Amino acid sequence: MNIIVCIKQVPDAKDVRLDPKTNTLSREGVQSIMNPYDQHAVEEAVRIKESCGGEVTVLTMGPPQAEAVLRQAISCGADHGVLVSDRAFAGADTWATSYTLAKAIAAVGIFELILCGKQAIDGDTAQVGPGLAMRLDMPYVTCVQKVRQAGETDMVVERMMDDGFDVIKVRYPVLLTVVKDINVPRVPSLKGTMKAKKAVIKNLTAADIDADPALIGLPGSPTKVVKVFPPESRGERCMLTGTIDEQVEQLVGKLRPYLS
Amino acid sequence: MLQIDKDLCIGCGICEDQCAFGAIHVVEGTATVGDACTLCGACVDACDIGALALTGTEKSVQMNLADWSGIWVYSEFRRGELASVSLELLGIGRKLADERKVPLAAVLIGYGTFDAAAKLVGHGADIVYRVDDEALRLFADDTYGAVMTSLIQEHRPEIVLAGATAIGRSFIPGVATLLNTGLTADCTKLEIRPEDGALLQTRPAFGGNIMATIECPATRPQMATVRPRVMKALEFDPQRTGKIVDIAPSAVQLQSRIEVVESVVSSGPKVNIQESDILVSGGRGLDNEKGFVLIEQLAKALNGDVSASRAAVDAGWIPYPHQVGQTGKTVAPKLYIACGISGAIQHVAGMQSADTIVAINRDKNAPIFNVADFGIVGDLYEILPKLIAKIEEQRGS
Repeated sequence: MNIIVCIKQVPDAKDVRLDPKTNTLSREGVQSIMNPYDQHAVEEAVRIKESCGGEVTVLTMGPPQAEAVLRQAISCGADHGVLVSDRAFAGADTWATSYTLAKAIAAVGIFELILCGKQAIDGDTAQVGPGLAMRLDMPYVTCVQKVRQAGETDMVVERMMDDGFDVIKVRYPVLLTVVKDINVPRVPSLKGTMKAKKAVIKNLTAADIDADPALIGLPGSPTKVVKVFPPESRGERCMLTGTIDEQVEQLVGKLRPYLS
Repeated sequence: MLQIDKDLCIGCGICEDQCAFGAIHVVEGTATVGDACTLCGACVDACDIGALALTGTEKSVQMNLADWSGIWVYSEFRRGELASVSLELLGIGRKLADERKVPLAAVLIGYGTFDAAAKLVGHGADIVYRVDDEALRLFADDTYGAVMTSLIQEHRPEIVLAGATAIGRSFIPGVATLLNTGLTADCTKLEIRPEDGALLQTRPAFGGNIMATIECPATRPQMATVRPRVMKALEFDPQRTGKIVDIAPSAVQLQSRIEVVESVVSSGPKVNIQESDILVSGGRGLDNEKGFVLIEQLAKALNGDVSASRAAVDAGWIPYPHQVGQTGKTVAPKLYIACGISGAIQHVAGMQSADTIVAINRDKNAPIFNVADFGIVGDLYEILPKLIAKIEEQRGS
């Protein structure tokens, strides 16, 4: 089976801090990582490859340094890496991003299965996966928590719902977005790390994928950012004091509005 | 792209501080921009001397925006019930419709919807487009998406809102893609810009560390998903009148490429923690699975529900649907009690918009206390039983 996984490089949330004085994001020492959900998508792709055969391609749209997440995916078992990078892609919203990814995937090959993380932790939109499936005219299933069966012509998956889960049977080609419950990603092997080091990453520009300049990047994006601002800060915290019994007493007093 | 006027730039570095993406740096006294720039414009707003500008960024207007009128909300209906967010959307939808002086319509898709349409009218809808068909009993992205897309194409509303639920966040992005229009996810604030009637959509990004206001200037409809529990539903008013329009879906719209073999409701504690008013949340500090017995008791005493940090879920003490945080769910209850949760930024991102946050932790330096309204330092196994007893005593009296 030919599988492609769309991944994204994101800033590591644990390094992102709000400077309490200036109320701006302090980026000192912020590391870039592979979006956590995408690690699970890569892992699932590699597992399906291991049981059904085939190849796993990982693809990312981003600046040149995003190549690092492609190599990381290869060290965890992916076979090929594709970097879709062009200054013209900058500022893309989810609509322009799904257009760009669809053009890039069409330029790379034909895939029975496309995997994405549920969402990227920097934007948290969860819109690119469904948008990409629509552009490729494929059915899609979001928030997949388990692949029950990856068969010859179709697959059976569990999709997480707000009140439980749905069991869904769908024919290939299909796009799935995955949640972290689906698997535990492996740690790269030494062999994998060596392979990742030597891997040749394919580079694609806007011209290579025949993208319409009017549909990519900021000019191609239907949504525009009007302004960015820090969230309202929470009120002063109050540490309760006294013996445990006194503190519990005070807390119950504070919680009175919720006890009616 | 981002234009920097090197003559004007004084190299003050304010833009560098403002950039959430680390894309702009002052080099030899002048701001320079790198590849990480997403053209968000934060630096442009911050530059007091006007040395920065975004150029060539406008999508050309290809449609006559005036042809699109009216506010729509998608009313989620599953297992015989309307999702509460659907009523909340009618609350904000009513306000937007009144400001725009246009009707508010609800789209009801499902099977066996009975009095749901009347309920939508009572909560503020002027029109309900009802698509009730046995083939729509279970949610599927393609059938619901096809019905919704075709209704929007026919009636041309200027704004379409949906709940940021598992269902809304799944099929609405497909609809927006097909309609070639913009969609803003997880909005927490919606308002009309008085000058031109545009919808301003505000949402948290970067795990809640920054807020962004988004508009959709050149295409229609303007679409947004809205977080549950943020907007207020109107009281049900039986006097309110509205028109219910039944629509028969076409055979093509009902053709699905996915087959829902089974739809399973989770047993055990309620899992839809995004709809909860009160959450009692357990973390690594519980030390073991048995700690959740206490968490459940406290939740029960408060008429609340149980949630957890990632550490507790990873330890296998409670299933993933209960996880709050960046790789779990974002919740905004009225009261959130964090028990034995250290408060890593990934967790805080998922709960910081709760009205009141209580933290109980044995480590007085735990970062959870920085976002808590009330904090108690101590042993959970000593504090929780006392707290439960005291609350039950209060309730009893």
